[in-house]
Amino acid sequence: MPTPLLTLDGVSKSFGAVAALQDVRLELHAGEAHALVGENGAGKSTLVKILAGVHGPDAGTISLDGRPLQLSGPADARAAGIAVIYQEPTLFPDLSVAENIFMGRQPLRSLRRVDYAAMRTRAAELFARLGVRLDPDRPARGLSIADQQLVEIAKAISLDARVLVMDEPTAALSGIEVERLFAVARSLRDAGTAVLFISHRFDEVFALCQRITIMRDGRWVSTDPAGTLTVDEVVRRMVGREVSAMYPKQDTTPGDPLLQVSGLTRHGSFTDVTFTVHAGEIVALAGLVGAGRSEVSRAIFGVDRHDAGEVLLDGVRLPNGDTAAAIRAGLALVPEDRRQQGLVMELSVERNTNLPRRWSLARAGLLFGGAERSAAATWAQRLQVKAGRLTDPVSTLSGGNQQKVVLAKWLATAPRVLIVDEPTRGIDVGTKAEVHRLLSQLAADGVAVLMVSSELPEVLGMADRVLVMHEGRLTADIPRTRADEQSVMLAATGQAAAA
Amino acid sequence: MSEPVARIRRALGTWDAVVLLALVAVAVVGALTIEGVASPRFWRFVVLEAIPIALIALPMTLIVITGEIDLSVASVLGLTCSVMGQLWVSGVTSLPVLILLSLLLGGALGAVNGLFITGFGLPSLAVTIGTLALYRGLAYVVLGDRAVANYPTTWTTSAIQPLPGTTIPWMILVVAALAVVFAVVLHAMPIGRGLYAMGNNAEAARFAGVDVRLTKFWLFVASGAMSALAGVFWTLRFASARADNGSGLELAVVAAVLLGGVSIFGGRGALLGVLAAVALLGVLRNALQLAYVPANTLTVITGSLLIASVVGPNVAGMLRERLRRRRTTAPTVSPSS
Ligand SMILES: Nc1ncnc2c1ncn2[C@@H]1O[C@H](COP(=O)(O)OP(=O)(O)OP(=O)(O)O)[C@@H](O)[C@H]1O
Ligand SMILES: [Mg+2]
Repeated sequence: MPTPLLTLDGVSKSFGAVAALQDVRLELHAGEAHALVGENGAGKSTLVKILAGVHGPDAGTISLDGRPLQLSGPADARAAGIAVIYQEPTLFPDLSVAENIFMGRQPLRSLRRVDYAAMRTRAAELFARLGVRLDPDRPARGLSIADQQLVEIAKAISLDARVLVMDEPTAALSGIEVERLFAVARSLRDAGTAVLFISHRFDEVFALCQRITIMRDGRWVSTDPAGTLTVDEVVRRMVGREVSAMYPKQDTTPGDPLLQVSGLTRHGSFTDVTFTVHAGEIVALAGLVGAGRSEVSRAIFGVDRHDAGEVLLDGVRLPNGDTAAAIRAGLALVPEDRRQQGLVMELSVERNTNLPRRWSLARAGLLFGGAERSAAATWAQRLQVKAGRLTDPVSTLSGGNQQKVVLAKWLATAPRVLIVDEPTRGIDVGTKAEVHRLLSQLAADGVAVLMVSSELPEVLGMADRVLVMHEGRLTADIPRTRADEQSVMLAATGQAAAA
Repeated sequence: MSEPVARIRRALGTWDAVVLLALVAVAVVGALTIEGVASPRFWRFVVLEAIPIALIALPMTLIVITGEIDLSVASVLGLTCSVMGQLWVSGVTSLPVLILLSLLLGGALGAVNGLFITGFGLPSLAVTIGTLALYRGLAYVVLGDRAVANYPTTWTTSAIQPLPGTTIPWMILVVAALAVVFAVVLHAMPIGRGLYAMGNNAEAARFAGVDVRLTKFWLFVASGAMSALAGVFWTLRFASARADNGSGLELAVVAAVLLGGVSIFGGRGALLGVLAAVALLGVLRNALQLAYVPANTLTVITGSLLIASVVGPNVAGMLRERLRRRRTTAPTVSPSS
């Protein structure tokens, strides 16, 4: 074997009492795609941040081409040829998409003026390569989480790095976008880039990567060629026990219509959306990135106002643009973007979990520490949230554990209608099955569930009915028995508009 | 380490505790070294001076926690004094009626702020700088350069009446009661949870059903009403209503709120620290005055304290990170590179 391009040896890192990494090793070769897998909180993102120069390791060495590499900040990592896509997008909301991509290395004209024309053209080229339809001039504010992710990907690719690190880049993307990303990643790999890929979707891991490194509880477990491993074996080593990867939806007989959406329209986002979700039903809302699924969810929930149409919950009309009223009526929304919409990152796990039901937790108008603590603890336990203390800021949790807190926060409100937007984004296999079991259980108890998901297996496994959106309109309503990969993808790409 | 011990340690490490300890230290050192600080008269003055600041600091704390600010408070105070003076001159002679009208006026002035900020989405800094000038100007329109000073002495003495057996004015009980109300709202009621949430991330707060705009609107109303209450106290304490009453008081209030550990960016802070900071600044100012420290030096000291309180925590964090990095990465430096 030639000298590895990048080597981590004996790397450890602690945050206070939490040992996030202990004696971890990793070797990346030029021209290989290497997967890093492990449960939520296993330390994958911490390792990425060490490679990116964001965190300094407490112990251990990093070397590039066999020579020790000292990273005292992200600028050093970039100079060394390491490009990183973080798990959570970190765009500047008020800058344009193109400015975000070329932040700190804008093409210049004479007199050090920024060459906006060149910047725009190069951004457009990158988007064409990734098959993304985004206007380079639009501000980053308001981009969906998937689009933000795509901008981060474009940014990383434009660096022409020797090492490309991608921390769950596909978590919010649907099949088609993932395929395009993989095509680009493969061509980079074949040109000699080392790609480090993190994902909780094993089909992706096996489709892209030649070698797989498994981590558990902050420790290195194994590194093997992908060909010698099976999904079951990977899961067993990750979790340390057997888990079922999928939890199929129990059959229930749909009851009364609980959520009725008719003619819902928001100019520029979606048009004339009409559907019903019955008690006991899980209805999936599928479609490509940008089809308007999240926008519909937000309008139903009242975070955004709608321009026409109405939303009925159990026959009662919800006021337009009134989230508090929607929550009181028994509606809950797990939003797509946990960092901006789902959580207040600076507040504790406990405060976040209890925020939507702070009124119902109060006794005589007052909140007492004990009641809040036990309410949060119950739900943290049910969703297996891995956190130091419930009073720690939620920002110190790993991505998947943050997602569990968002779920806990809304399940705790005991909703009658639950809308979940990418509910298992960034959640590991074991917990994913648990989340699916919970959703199925809720439906069995008579809750109406509307599930937006880009993950086709999740849609097909969980949904009683699949609604498909294409460019802001509902294009198909497919019952469980007829839903398969092909029917959903055809409708999502607009080729089955007649259905 | 057992949990109670750990909890005490964490509590001692908080900024509230730092400010409280500083208050005790300044009081003790002052009493030992400066003639007069130990006297009951000194404490009477400190409290009289602190009452209006504390009254306004209560709503200001909540406002700054939501990420906004109200700089018009001293002008609301001044305009209330003017209007109260004018009403008295034109024949309104019932004190309860005057107080009620003043509070309503203050609330209305706060509502104007709130409307511009939440209704039109303007930044509170800009709006309240505008109304700072506007309300003070109106105060002069109402009263001109006159001073209305012929209030009944029963009113003016009752405002500063000491508690039986002490020199401390009874108004401190009113402040204490209001402080409890604000502390409960902020720290033990659902509204308070929403305030911290919106101060950190207004979008996530909206997604959790917090009505950000309505809450902020009412906070500005409360701020106006509390400033008006401070204005009533001011008029009676000095037995004088003038248009320039309380000029510059907004700076004293904001200084206390920030020194008390409330983040100017919102989302962080507690009422206890703010009240301790109001007291600390009051004791410090009066003690140094007794020690014949010139007024300019006093201003310099207050300003430095304020900067230290804002910068201190950040610098400490940066140094810690720097040290940690140096310690951990030093052995990996290769001599050849
Ligand atoms: N800034 C921080 N402060 C305290 N603890 C932290 C911090 N960052 C990470 N941790 C802890 O370190 C551990 C590893 O977290 P990390 O984010 O690396 O997990 P991960 O493998 O990326 O998980 P996921 O699949 O959920 O993204 C977790 O227990 C987490 O709580
Ligand atoms: Mg992670």
